[in-house]
Amino acid sequence: MTAAAAARKPNWFSRLAHPGRFLAWSRLVVLPLAVLTVIVFAIGLWFAFFNSPEDYQMGDMVRVMYIHVPNAWLSQFVYATMTASALGTLVWRHPLADVAGKAAAPLGAAFTALALYTGALWGRPTWGTFWEWDGRMTSTLVLLLIYLGIIALWRAFDDQLRAGRVVAIVTLVGALNLPVIKFSVDWWNTLHQPASVFTAEGPKMAPSILTPLMVMMAAFTLLFATLHIVGMRTEILRRRAETMARQAALAAGDAG
Amino acid sequence: MKGFLALVVRDLRLSLRVGGEALTLVLFFVMIGVVVPFAIGPDRVLLARLAPGIVWIAAFLSMLLGLDRLFRADDEDGSLLLFRHAAIPLEAIVAAKVIAHWLLTALPLIVATPVLAVLLSMDWDGWWRAVLSLLLGTPALVAFGTLGAALTVSLRRGGLLAPVLILPLCLPVLIFGVGAIGGVGAGPALLFLAAISLVVAAFAPFAAALALRAAAD
Amino acid sequence: MEHAVYIAWAYAGAAAFVAALSLWVVWDARRVARRLKALEDRGIRRRSAGSAP
Repeated sequence: MTAAAAARKPNWFSRLAHPGRFLAWSRLVVLPLAVLTVIVFAIGLWFAFFNSPEDYQMGDMVRVMYIHVPNAWLSQFVYATMTASALGTLVWRHPLADVAGKAAAPLGAAFTALALYTGALWGRPTWGTFWEWDGRMTSTLVLLLIYLGIIALWRAFDDQLRAGRVVAIVTLVGALNLPVIKFSVDWWNTLHQPASVFTAEGPKMAPSILTPLMVMMAAFTLLFATLHIVGMRTEILRRRAETMARQAALAAGDAG
Repeated sequence: MKGFLALVVRDLRLSLRVGGEALTLVLFFVMIGVVVPFAIGPDRVLLARLAPGIVWIAAFLSMLLGLDRLFRADDEDGSLLLFRHAAIPLEAIVAAKVIAHWLLTALPLIVATPVLAVLLSMDWDGWWRAVLSLLLGTPALVAFGTLGAALTVSLRRGGLLAPVLILPLCLPVLIFGVGAIGGVGAGPALLFLAAISLVVAAFAPFAAALALRAAAD
Repeated sequence: MEHAVYIAWAYAGAAAFVAALSLWVVWDARRVARRLKALEDRGIRRRSAGSAP
């Protein structure tokens, strides 16, 4: 740190988010977080199967919602964290921001895919088909395509720092467009909806369903937090290894 | 302003000098109108129903074809470096390229729409609505395309990635573009389309300039 | 339980997927740690970590 920076007292965020510090405290946090995730999942599963009634509308299929809804919510929450990371990269040039964004992308894609998978399984007995081009499923599919495009973009660059800036722009443009996409897909859906039997809005949640749902939400969010921190650590260490390898190659070149 | 116009003219001249570009795109555009009936059968009623969608898919795919050349040549001959340090802001330079690109790629397609309309058994009303919707919607496609090209300019294999990146963004344009051609909700769809084009055309140069700078540092 | 097949597929698929995701994250972390250790064993140090002993 420069003398001026050292003279400024760092606030708690700067202290936590400094890459070296981050590696130090995150190492201690990962295992407890993982254990907590497993415990909350266990509680959630018990609630999902043994302590919740059938939904009066959906019957037993509500239990699929206990997986579908948390993943659908996470697919958007993870993108929100990627958007925040993108702002951190472009506006504040924070050293950890693009690491956070890069680690989050595959996780977000995974949760989105799981939301689509469980949504399809919910749809089969309910709508009679595995896939229906309704507003929500279609928007979720588009979100998956955006995630996959971002992942492909990360992999296309050799220089990951440059990639971070470009991906940040893509993420922000995507974030701005998501409401427009959602709106246009809903518009398109209501326009083309034939006289069909399913409700356009999707499942409605009764209060008695809330407890298992909230627990599973917490479980999946903890899962994301755990995997995200591990992923960020991995990325930081990967960049260190690459820098070291490059320095070694340069030194070998100088010596030879 | 003079520099801005000079850039537009430069791009137009360069492209016309090489030649064949607009013709290739128009050929591709029309060929889709030929391929689809082969794929789904010569049922004229069905084709007429699907025509708005086919026209827009053809336009969209043709636009994607022309994307790579937007910045590739400038990047290779060093013009991009000059652009970044020019007296005119980079955003204005990008805007000039967007306009030139629209004139070179979208305008020929719009002119070729009657051919597609005939092939797909569109009626008169459908045809002029298709032209109008393409007129209002292609600026958005070109603007998004320019953004995609700017993001991937430094990548060697970037050509495939740009269409993949901008496809989700172009979906609303596609939805409203097709919707504006006919049927229920055509009026509102046209307005949404115009709104999207205005906003995207206004903001894309800024985002693309940011991307060009980010890719260069 | 009605529609038990679908519920089973949902939970089994989700469990398998979550397991695979977690295993991949852990495997990736281990791989990078191994690579880092190999580099450090060769005596290479980061500039900010000071010179090798």
